[in-house]
Parts: sequence; structure tokens; C-alpha cells
Amino acid sequence: MTDTLPDVTPPAPARPAPRRTTSVRGGGGSPLVYLGALVVVALTLGPVVYGVLGGFRSNAQLADSPAGLPDPWLLDNYRRVLTSPTFWRYALNSTVVAGLTTLLVVVFGLMAAYPLARYRFPGREALYSVFLVGLLFPATVAIIPLFILVSRDLQLGNTWWGVALPQAAFGLPMTVVILRPFLVAIPDELEEAALMDGASRIGFFFRVVVPLSAPATITVGVLAFVASWNAYLLPLLLLQGDMKTLPLGVADYSTQYSSDTAGVLAFTTLAMVPALVFFLAVQRRIVSGLQGAVKG
Amino acid sequence: MRTAAEVLFFVSPALALFLLFVVWPIVKAAQFSLYRWRGFGPLSDFVGLQNYSTVLHDEVFRGAFSHNLFIVVGSIVLQLPLGLAVALLLNRRIRGQGLLRTIVFVPYVLAEVIAAVVWLQLLQPEYGAVDSLLSGVGVPVPDQGWLGSPDRALWTVLIVLTWKYLGLAVLLFLAGLQGVPQDVVEAAEIDGASWWQVQRWITVPLLGPTVRIWVFLSMIGSLQCFDMVWVLTGGGPANSTTTMATFLVNEGTKRHNYGIAAAASVILFVVALFFALAYQLLVLRRDTKGAAR
Repeated sequence: MTDTLPDVTPPAPARPAPRRTTSVRGGGGSPLVYLGALVVVALTLGPVVYGVLGGFRSNAQLADSPAGLPDPWLLDNYRRVLTSPTFWRYALNSTVVAGLTTLLVVVFGLMAAYPLARYRFPGREALYSVFLVGLLFPATVAIIPLFILVSRDLQLGNTWWGVALPQAAFGLPMTVVILRPFLVAIPDELEEAALMDGASRIGFFFRVVVPLSAPATITVGVLAFVASWNAYLLPLLLLQGDMKTLPLGVADYSTQYSSDTAGVLAFTTLAMVPALVFFLAVQRRIVSGLQGAVKG
Repeated sequence: MRTAAEVLFFVSPALALFLLFVVWPIVKAAQFSLYRWRGFGPLSDFVGLQNYSTVLHDEVFRGAFSHNLFIVVGSIVLQLPLGLAVALLLNRRIRGQGLLRTIVFVPYVLAEVIAAVVWLQLLQPEYGAVDSLLSGVGVPVPDQGWLGSPDRALWTVLIVLTWKYLGLAVLLFLAGLQGVPQDVVEAAEIDGASWWQVQRWITVPLLGPTVRIWVFLSMIGSLQCFDMVWVLTGGGPANSTTTMATFLVNEGTKRHNYGIAAAASVILFVVALFFALAYQLLVLRRDTKGAAR
């Protein structure tokens, strides 16, 4: 579900053009509204905060009062995880795999979206639909042949590329779908001017389109990075031992040391930090990107 | 001709990657599904549609299918009203609105695996925080834990999924709310409509297209549900939480019944496609028609 949910695909919903819109409206902040917001926050963040705080507790504390606060606060669990070479090894794997995936998705996706947006040629819409239909293919359906292809035919089992390549492939449809309308919106005058000045269309792509599409590129890049960082099934089948990524590490750790709840929570908390920080840093952009896709 | 060369230059890397790692494996899955094959030796034991018949008669797979339907319906029934309520709440003038919107989205950003592991700890039968909180307020808790009994496990999975994905619904609904024309709302308010009446008769109906797209996404996601179930229950107890995806991964990777796994994956695909097309035809069509008008 992780990979597929953010696929906010068009059909563009019809909506009367808003003349004036504000995000804030309604009768203002009555205590009831704040109470409701508080409940929402508590339910949403509760489990996350429990994980973070649990990492500061001991197993004895957790057993004594499962829902209590750390008393005293212990740094031991976090220290243990942060000094464990396995954790850093997994973190490195996650970073490299997600980095490669993002690079492939962004470069290939932008390249593919360009002619689909700005060239006229027969079969353009057919080519676009190839990617569009790709949105419907869940990785799960292809997982067994994919496993065989990567590990047996390409001999890329247990390697960074073995995971990054298919992940990028499954990320491409969404990238193309998000980038194409963005590239369509680049004004024709700009292209005409560039062509007049003697640039080729390839030159126009590298000199004008690539820099201009930075905001959209960042959006798809972050989505690809987070999806890859969070991915489970494909790494589960392809990676073993030292090559595992953090989600695999978390799942392993939780089965292997199931009695060490505090340790599991510390490991889990540290594994969730990068994606969370990364996402929140560019959250505004992502949200407006998603909203743009939904609004059509 | 120059255009053709340029198009080729730009599109071929993406197309190659897509054909090799997406289209080819799916074609292979369709092929595997027609053979009895355990992953070694040549693909020679052609059995026609027998794998399909085996899968469709398998009690576990039938269960998995019904669990997926349960998750499809359950997700919509729980997340739609909750998501609407939270979106309407966060759309009001309220301090810290931006922060609240970010917070609501946090579970969605977490990996399903990570969310699942945290919930595993929360839901531990004896030492878990959930049981401790519930018994603290006098709610009886099951001895074998929320995930340990076949009657409750699927419901528990559904609740955790709701927690994980509510943020997406809220975010999309909030985006839709931005498009509600303010003057209509104001006109209604001047005519003496209460906040509740405005939401009921103006805001929510205008949110229709957004809701319909969200339902589509939620449906497809629910049909493919894997990570959360795999980590929370592994499909148990007694297959009470198996989904089509966990079924096929289990058959493929643990039992090496590649033919069976492939047949199950093709069925999963066809079901997803059927849902997508039917929904497109019956529901989303209205929106696209409106756009063309």
C-alpha cells in the first residue's frame, strides 16, 4: 500500500472555479473545536510519542506501567542502537538505495515527460497511456517474477541496484503523470525564443526545462525517496544479511528481540527519523503538489 | 525524423526501465500461472488453468479475498466520515492550523513496517499500553490480545490501517475544501444558515469529486494491502487476516509454489482492474464528463 497510495491520478475533478477562497473559515475557535483538535492530535501522535518515549524507558518500566512516562529517563537504548554497526550499515543501505531510486526516477522521469508534454508526434498519447496504465500495476502482482529476474537473470540479488532499479521503474508512472502537466505549462513563447536564438530542443530541455522544473522535480524526488525509504516487500525478497535496509532491520529486530520492547522502540524511533525529517522539511511543497494533482 | 530521434533519446531510458521491471514481470506472472513450477528447472509442466482453479477453490485464498473486501469497505466506512470530520475541524479558524495539518499527516509518512512494529508493542497482550489504558477506564481486554484471536485480529488490523491512512484522506479533503467558493458560503451565512447547515448542504456536497478520487485510491490500496498485515499478524491467527497479497507472497517465497503464487497475483490484478474500471465507469465518469462540458 505504501508505494501506491500517493498516486493521486487525474481524471481531473470538475469544480466551479473558485472566485475567492480562504483556507480559514467558520465560526472561530470555540473551546469545543480546540478539544476536538486535541483529541485528533493525541490519537494521531500517541503511538509515535509512545515509541519515542518508550526508547527512553527500561523494559522493567514498560512492564510496570505500560502507558507511563520514562522515570528516570534512560539513554541506554538509544545509545546501544546508535553505536551498533548494524544500524548504521542498514541506514547506509537505505540511504544509497533511496538515493539511487530517486536519481533514476527524477532523471528518467523528467526526460520521458518532456517529449510527452512538448512534442507533437504520432503515438504520443499511446505512449503516455503506457505509463498511465502503469499506475494500476501493483508491485505485488509482479513480485515473484521480479525476484527471479533480478536475482537469477540479472545477478543483482542482494545489491543496491537490484532494489533501486525496479523501485525506480514502479515510481516512474507517477513521476511522468505529475511532471507532464507541469512541463505543458511552460509557455510556448519561451521555447520559440530559445529556438530563435539557435538552441535545439535538446538544448532547450537542458538549459530551460531542467532548471524551470526544479519545484516539480523536488516534489517527485521526495515522493520517490520516501517511498523507497519505506519500502518493504521488494527489499524483503532481495536483500539479506548486511545488505538489509532499515525497515527490514526494524522488522527483524522486533522478532529477534521481541522481549526487549524498549530496545525495539529505540531502534524503530531512530529508523523513522530520517523519512519524517526529510518529508516535513519539504512538506509544504509536497502537499501543494498533491493538492494540485487532485484539483486537476 | 529528427523529432523521432529526439523523442527516442528522451523516452527510451524510462521506457526501457519500465518495460523490463514492470511490464515484463507482469507478463511473466501471467505465464508462470499456467505452469506447475517450483522455481527450479525449466518451465515445462504446463497445466493450463489448473492453478487458477486450485487458487479459487482454496479456502485460505477465498478467506483472503473476503478480508480484502472487508478492508476495502471498512476503510471507506471508517475513514470517510472521520476524515471529513477532521478536515472540517481543521478548516476552521484555529490557532496552530498549519502545525495541526502537519501532525495529522505524520502517520502517513511513516513506513507501514515501522508503524506496524510500534503498534505490535502497543498491542502486546499483557504489557501493552493499549490494554493498560483500556483496562484503566474499565474496558475489558481479551486475554489472547487484540491480534491473537481470529475474531478480533482483522478488526484490529483495520483500526491500525485507519490510523495510518486517515491523514491522507484529511489532506485531500482539506485540499478540496480550498476549492469551495467562499461567496456561496457567505451568502448562506447571511441567510442565517448555521455552521452545521453550511457544511451539510454546501461544503460537503462540493467536496464530491475529491471524495470520489480518495475512495478510488483507498480501494486500490486496500486490495493490495501487504506490509501492515505481514508484520502485525503474518496473516494469522488461523489465516484470519490473510490478504491476497500475503497469500501470494507466502505461496511464492515460503512454499515455492510459483505457479500458484502467479495465479493468485493475476487474480489480484484482475480484481483490482475490475474495481478500477467499474469505479471509473460508474462513479468517476461523472467528474470527467463535467470537466469536458
